[in-house]
Amino acid sequence: MEKNPWRDQFPQLTGKDDAFLDSAASSLKPLSVIAAVDHYYHDLSVNIHRGMYASSYEATRLYEEARAKVAAFIHAEEEEIVFLRGATAALNLVASSYGAAMLGPGDEIVVSELEHHSSFLPWQAVAAKTGARLVFVPLDPDYRITVENVRKVITTKTKVVALTYVSNVMGYVTPMRDVIALAHAVGAVVVADAAQAVQHLPIDVKSLDVDFLAFSGHKMLGPTGIGVLYGKAALLAAMEPVEFGGEMIDEVNKDRSSWKDAPFKFEAGTMPIASAIGLGAAVDLLDSIGLSAIEDHVVRIRRYAYTQLKKVEGIVIYNPTADTGVIAFNIEGVHPHDAATFFAEQHVSLRAGHHCAQLLIKALGIEACLRASFYLYNTYADCDRLVAVAKEAVRFFKGVGF
Amino acid sequence: MADLDNLYRQIIMEHYKNPRNKGLSDDPGYVTAHIKNPSCGDDITVQSLLADGVVKDCRHDGHGCSICCASASVLTETVIGKTMDAARALAGNYLNMVSNKDHDPAVDLEEAAVFAGVRQFPARVKCASIAWQAFVRTIPEQK
Repeated sequence: MEKNPWRDQFPQLTGKDDAFLDSAASSLKPLSVIAAVDHYYHDLSVNIHRGMYASSYEATRLYEEARAKVAAFIHAEEEEIVFLRGATAALNLVASSYGAAMLGPGDEIVVSELEHHSSFLPWQAVAAKTGARLVFVPLDPDYRITVENVRKVITTKTKVVALTYVSNVMGYVTPMRDVIALAHAVGAVVVADAAQAVQHLPIDVKSLDVDFLAFSGHKMLGPTGIGVLYGKAALLAAMEPVEFGGEMIDEVNKDRSSWKDAPFKFEAGTMPIASAIGLGAAVDLLDSIGLSAIEDHVVRIRRYAYTQLKKVEGIVIYNPTADTGVIAFNIEGVHPHDAATFFAEQHVSLRAGHHCAQLLIKALGIEACLRASFYLYNTYADCDRLVAVAKEAVRFFKGVGF
Repeated sequence: MADLDNLYRQIIMEHYKNPRNKGLSDDPGYVTAHIKNPSCGDDITVQSLLADGVVKDCRHDGHGCSICCASASVLTETVIGKTMDAARALAGNYLNMVSNKDHDPAVDLEEAAVFAGVRQFPARVKCASIAWQAFVRTIPEQK
């Protein structure tokens, strides 16, 4: 059996005989991240940016160092990295600040049915408030976003193109570079939901020329409660904060107040300091392993699992051509929640449901599906377990009368 | 596997495949309640026809997993013909039973007792509960 060189760093796997196949929901957390979080709480535990004493200075240094690491990771400038609660908060900030200020009746927002709810609902809400119109990229027969179909819906009315970079259900990579070129040709900005991309694909925001890019820490080996909005410096500078309070101000007066520059004007109140520092440690680990090594592994593992799984009679797979480590599937005639219970009993952790992507689930014409997702710590043995349990599940449900 | 066999009991599968009292009534005399579990998509509507303190009829419709659909079917068969007080007590005991809370063993859950296997599967308690929770909403609170 192959020796996975990274598994030892994930204590959640130690001593367990489980196949964890739900990394698209949240990745496991490595020792280095846990240690970074622990260091903050154990040794510092104080607020940042305000205390004039050594531990506060050190906490501030670590927090800002994490910002610098994240910036370098996606080739951005530090002032273009806003720490927020997660990709959801980041996408909401763009919609409710930039979107609400820039959109009006007659303007169009290009979205797709492939979106996670976090990349769709903020724009649906802003459209309702501003009178702008949502326009859907027609998906191709595999339910992919293609350049040709994006071209069909981008017009001079398009002001915002809000699309997923990697689908959380199908694992398709959106041809973002070409989409961005099409959007920029009509003066629209592109908001990329990179929550499923940043842990798989090297991203260079400068070369990509993307306007906004959002992602979560906890899907890229980091802690929960921290996420990132990248925005081009000029765009962030022009945006108003949507949360007001401590630490984000320049000067407060009775009649009017002024804000700090980005990113600080968007980081009101006490931030999840430990989580940000932990995210810095996650970036360190991803950098030291290398995203290309991780993705080689993930694609290899996924292909192996897919090739075996598709041979199992009674299994229907919705994304045979996925680009990243996701298999969306069902057992024919068995509700995915029934199936997921069986998998859980046999120590295979999967996600079942609509995966926060009801538009896609409806487009697929199903009630819900199972999703197995793979990351660096998964092994061929995990895939073998998935396939063996899938076979047993088909047999079991047939046996009890499904 | 024993736990799973206990969950997918024959009676449950039978109700799943041949649901009783399925399909809603247009009769305005029915009281309707709808519950949906947005995280998994289970979506159940329950209707009760109440008269003289008795559940004269109970119907259900919707979609979801086998446990959810079968529990809706078993619910209707169990409560039809019972007084509202008896049905309410039974529903309360059933809901406590499947969620592993204190319940009165003296109350006969009848066919609904077959859902005891759900207790081994905390993630499925909700599936077995929503039809019954909807039913409770259709009957007036005890005076």
